[in-house]
Amino acid sequence: MAVVDYGMGNLDSVRRAVQLQGSTATTTADPQVISEADRIILPGVGAFGEAMINLRERGLDTTLTHQVLDERVPFLGICLGMQLMARSSTEHGNHEGLGWLDCAVVKLEPADTAERVPHVGWNEVHPAIDSPLFHDIDNDRDFYFVHSFHVATDDQDVVLATTPYAGGFNSAVGTRNMFGVQFHPEKSQQAGQILLKNFLTWKG
Amino acid sequence: MLKVRIIPTLLYRDFGLVKGERFDSQRAVGSALQAVKVYNLRGVDELMFLDVTATRQDREPDFALIDELADDCFMPLTVGGGIRSVDHARRLLEVGADKVAVGTGVVECEGLVEAIASRFGAQCVVAVIDVRRDDDGRASAWIRSGTSATGLDPVELAVQVERAGAGEILLQSIERDGTMIGYDLDMIASVSDAVSVPVIASGGAGTYEHMVEALGSGASALAAGAIYHFTQQTPMEAKSAIAAAGYPVRR
Repeated sequence: MAVVDYGMGNLDSVRRAVQLQGSTATTTADPQVISEADRIILPGVGAFGEAMINLRERGLDTTLTHQVLDERVPFLGICLGMQLMARSSTEHGNHEGLGWLDCAVVKLEPADTAERVPHVGWNEVHPAIDSPLFHDIDNDRDFYFVHSFHVATDDQDVVLATTPYAGGFNSAVGTRNMFGVQFHPEKSQQAGQILLKNFLTWKG
Repeated sequence: MLKVRIIPTLLYRDFGLVKGERFDSQRAVGSALQAVKVYNLRGVDELMFLDVTATRQDREPDFALIDELADDCFMPLTVGGGIRSVDHARRLLEVGADKVAVGTGVVECEGLVEAIASRFGAQCVVAVIDVRRDDDGRASAWIRSGTSATGLDPVELAVQVERAGAGEILLQSIERDGTMIGYDLDMIASVSDAVSVPVIASGGAGTYEHMVEALGSGASALAAGAIYHFTQQTPMEAKSAIAAAGYPVRR
């Protein structure tokens, strides 16, 4: 399995968490290695525009799109990696994403003055459908979030889970072989480990 | 609902963890790796790791050390001390930090907060504001682990760093540090009111009641060190007390 290295942050944390589940993770920026991987995780913290530039410079955008959309390789996007699955983002200007899902990345807007942005800390994740990603995870389990933007969509079919903050936002999206989570499973202790195990053992 | 975060603060100096009073008189309180392992087992919400001599010794962050600590840290880790460039932040994030805490760099390195935030996002930049009050009670921000005055008003500095792109503010009271007499509630209220990013209260926690008071003053998260090093009180019990006071905590 491959953890995609595109110069955007917390690669080692993801690699360690995956290894804790007994999987061997290769951290790589090599399109050839990613093409041969049986699973792909796209982690990342940072700015959307910069991330897309980094993916394109390394030729990873086309490789990932081919592997995920055509070859149907199981894919998990984490935080920024989830947001990149969307068509576009308004973070520091307008940017085009990988466009796998009919979603747009927009800023979190506090629903009241008590809510602060960024949304930092542990918050509940409520699965919207019976997704394999959330097997053995309670309905209101807390996961760790740290983000200012979220993935909005009119296509309710791709919403896997929601979280009650800023009026409620989509904390997991996906379809078929692709999953994206706004929280950090690699930093969510036991709940995160179960979720990673679910992804790593998912048979499709 | 977003939970209140209870954040143990680990102060690192030379080869191990220390804790003192008023940013001074530090004594050894154990090994960093051991502390990370224990807190990871106990499921604390987040860890704050501050290298308190990096800036004064003109050192870079100890990337190898953070890499080693992160091996046992499956919870959020904020790392501060000696961060003076985007490259420092990048390397810390790569080896396993989730957020970087910038204090002296906020004042001394022009554009640093903006640069880190635009590269890695506001959510990973914690601006550290260390506050000391003079004899008249007038507060000002200090840098270099409390050894150098800036003359800046902490509230104005908080507004500036938020505008520059900081995603959180770690607000530390220098004279309350390690004293366990309670947080500087007025300062927490003033800064929380002035910014819309989360404020992490730090300096002075000695009882769970102090933590509840800080939440009442507007803090989003509670950092503390001495209370966990020198008393029998624990982050787990703190959560129970805070829940009993009506605030949401993670179980």
